[in-house]
Amino acid sequence: MSESHSGEASGTRDDDSVRRNYLNASYSVISWLFTTDHKRIALLYLIPVTLMFFVGGVAITIQRLSLMSPQGALVEGDTYNKLFTIHGVIMVFFFLVPVIPTVLGNFFLPMMIGAKDLAFPRLNLLSWYLYMLGAVWTLVAVLAGGVDTGWTFYTPYSSASSHTNVAMTMLGVVISGFSSLLTGLNFIVTVHWLRAPGLHWFRLPIFVWSTYATSFIFLLAVPVLAMAFILVVLERILQIGVFDPALGGDPLLFQHLFWFYSHPAVYIMILPGMGVVSEVIPCFARKQLYGYHFVAFSSFAIACLGFFVWAHHMFVAGLSLYAALIFSSLSFLVAIPSAIKVFNWTSTLYKASITFEAPMLFSLGFVALFTFGGMAGLYLATLGMDMHIHDTYFVIAHFHFIMVGGMVLGYMAGLHYWWPKMFGRLYSDWWSRFTAIIIFVGFFLTFIPQFVAGYNGMPRRYYMYAPEYQVWNVMSSAGASILGVGYVIPLIYLPWSLWRGKPAGRNPWGATGLEWQTPSPPPTDNFDSTPVVVRPPYQYHFQKAQNEP
Amino acid sequence: MFNEVALFPEAASTTAQQVDRLFLFLTAVCGGVGLLVAALLISFAVKYRRRPGEKGNPPETPASRPLEWFWTIAPIGFFAVMFLWGAEVYISAYRPPDDAATVYVVGKQWMWKCQHPEGQREIDTLHVPLGRPTRLLMTSEDVIHSLFIPDFRIHMDLLPERYTSVWFQPTRIGTYRLFCSQYCGTQHAGMVGTIVVMRPDDYQRWLNLSAEGSMALQGRKVFLKYRCVSCHSGDGIARCPSLEDLYGRPVALSNGRVVPADDEYIRESIVYPSAKIVAGYENIMPTYKGQISEEEIFQLIAYLQTLGKGETPVRVEEFPPPTGTPPITTKDWPP
Ligand SMILES: [Cu+2]
Ligand SMILES: [Cu+2]
Repeated sequence: MSESHSGEASGTRDDDSVRRNYLNASYSVISWLFTTDHKRIALLYLIPVTLMFFVGGVAITIQRLSLMSPQGALVEGDTYNKLFTIHGVIMVFFFLVPVIPTVLGNFFLPMMIGAKDLAFPRLNLLSWYLYMLGAVWTLVAVLAGGVDTGWTFYTPYSSASSHTNVAMTMLGVVISGFSSLLTGLNFIVTVHWLRAPGLHWFRLPIFVWSTYATSFIFLLAVPVLAMAFILVVLERILQIGVFDPALGGDPLLFQHLFWFYSHPAVYIMILPGMGVVSEVIPCFARKQLYGYHFVAFSSFAIACLGFFVWAHHMFVAGLSLYAALIFSSLSFLVAIPSAIKVFNWTSTLYKASITFEAPMLFSLGFVALFTFGGMAGLYLATLGMDMHIHDTYFVIAHFHFIMVGGMVLGYMAGLHYWWPKMFGRLYSDWWSRFTAIIIFVGFFLTFIPQFVAGYNGMPRRYYMYAPEYQVWNVMSSAGASILGVGYVIPLIYLPWSLWRGKPAGRNPWGATGLEWQTPSPPPTDNFDSTPVVVRPPYQYHFQKAQNEP
Repeated sequence: MFNEVALFPEAASTTAQQVDRLFLFLTAVCGGVGLLVAALLISFAVKYRRRPGEKGNPPETPASRPLEWFWTIAPIGFFAVMFLWGAEVYISAYRPPDDAATVYVVGKQWMWKCQHPEGQREIDTLHVPLGRPTRLLMTSEDVIHSLFIPDFRIHMDLLPERYTSVWFQPTRIGTYRLFCSQYCGTQHAGMVGTIVVMRPDDYQRWLNLSAEGSMALQGRKVFLKYRCVSCHSGDGIARCPSLEDLYGRPVALSNGRVVPADDEYIRESIVYPSAKIVAGYENIMPTYKGQISEEEIFQLIAYLQTLGKGETPVRVEEFPPPTGTPPITTKDWPP
């Protein structure tokens, strides 16, 4: 950390470092596997979620290497198809969807509202077991034999044509879906019931708002996905005719059901990241979040409107003209709340006093990449434009800007912001800033060439391609190697900090927010006494700066 | 090391020019707003960075309500233009001009099979004349595929058991790539083809090279082969409705509805004959599902377009009318 941040505002560090906390409360394996402490469960998620990220990462590494040559340098046909399915399924359902809610949400949602735990601690543990079951189940399915449908599982390919482990993989996803569903339910009840005295709705931090909105999407969308997937499984096993036209089904029905979940899932994957950034930017700008009410309500606008745009994935799928017109116009509407957030984050920096520690660099990267990727989404919402770039690398680049540029950077921002609170230690300031810059640069180099390849017509999911696309693929693969390095470095300096990091103290960033008022790492019950909230969030102008005694 | 590096694909159809104009507009607007946001972010980050020795936190800047409402409302204006312009391009690509010639395309894992009304058939290649609006009527034999011609900027899925169509008007002589862009299994990446745009007179010469009779003529053979004529005999003793002058006309159904006899209707009547019963007739026709190929159905459609009053072939009496599943199996269409 920079010098200015190593000071301790509350002056209780010595007491904190020896007191009991949630980490040293007990050490047995049983005490972890049967814990109902939301903080321990968050760490239980942190490990498998990180592993899944690297499983998905290995798959894409092999693909990107192979795509250096137009004929496919390493893998072809079935192997390549299984690899992109592993990448998509693992990254979407087992990393991007759960990561911020289960790790950062689990840990900090109760603390940010001044609660001792979630409303249903044992349900929370059940969610973890469901996630683990779904993850192990799916890993077995995709590694032993594999699946080649892509993460979209389009029928009738998935239901009638593919001879791979489709049914088992889809069941694994359904199991983990119920984990998300229960977590969402838990969060909603927690926010309603367990807010500290004085913490009324418009004093909630934006991270709580956006996690709350995300939870609603879980509740409404996951059952539809589960239903659609179970129908595909039944069709494969029992030959019931739901999706396969040869059996009298409708292949487009699956696309409707799938995107009814999976478009809102895009917001499951981005809203929590927006929440993190709304915490981090005011903290390092030392400034109140600009337009709090607009930012809070825009989370809800996104969650609601997000349910009415699903068919924008089907503009060239044989949709009727009027359906296309309606879904296109609604898709533009959902861009407005996102634009509101970007303008407010930018305005928060106005007349601020900004420092650029790693969480801030990740957050600024988030804003830049999310804005860029969001505007690429406007191209895809434009009917006449989508007609050309649909299912090309333009789409790939667009949603990676949102999901990797947005969500992964948002997650990194949150992890770096709250790491000192979670473990009571500070990580290397230099390495973390370096990593933020490496990831940002690597990201741009990876995905900008894909926009060009996409507009030039390179379709997605091609293990071999026309030679004129080679230059863009080589550039993209080169960028990806930089990006990959950026993802590996934190695996070294973050664990390192657990042993060698300087003690963090209660509030190393001088942040407002209840979670910073308790020792780091927090005691099992979070707060010695229930905090009372008297002010809206982000009142940095009342906050003492970190370097003042 | 690299073949022809292009930043922009060739624009070889009328649609391509429209799409590229739209692209430039979108890029101008998004680029402008993007640069504005980037400039603000960077200049704020530089100007308001915390200086050494700076004490305390800066005072509050109350949010401006009018500003908030401004940037909530203002994007709607831009979005409305994008939406309307995009819709205009899409609609014009959705509705083929009346003089468009139809080419019939069947997709299957992993090839494109095309038939021209003049009788030419080809695989993974499609010859079209320069300047003529060409409509593709498409279906799939197995899973969903998608026809994508980047240089024409068009894209449309091929669905099993359903017809979709797309049209284009080539504006340049040349060969262009055709991709399947909807993932369809092992050799999805190999489901590529070529579009050859020729001068109209070259195209005529090509058509005459090895034509085996027009598609309608081939459809007539199919009509006889499956003994459709036994029942749809068009004479006084016919047990099924006459097909003469049927194509494109309204048909009164037994449930009181009236539907146009379009491509979809004809296909459905062959594959699912009991779905729509013509008023005044019995539900007696057996299904030809699994018996007749998608190409043959296209040939029948082409034939019915030409079948005028009194042109139904004479019934050959020694065949009994089909009652169960027709016994004839069809060979798959030439490799
Ligand atoms: Cu979507
Ligand atoms: Cu295909």
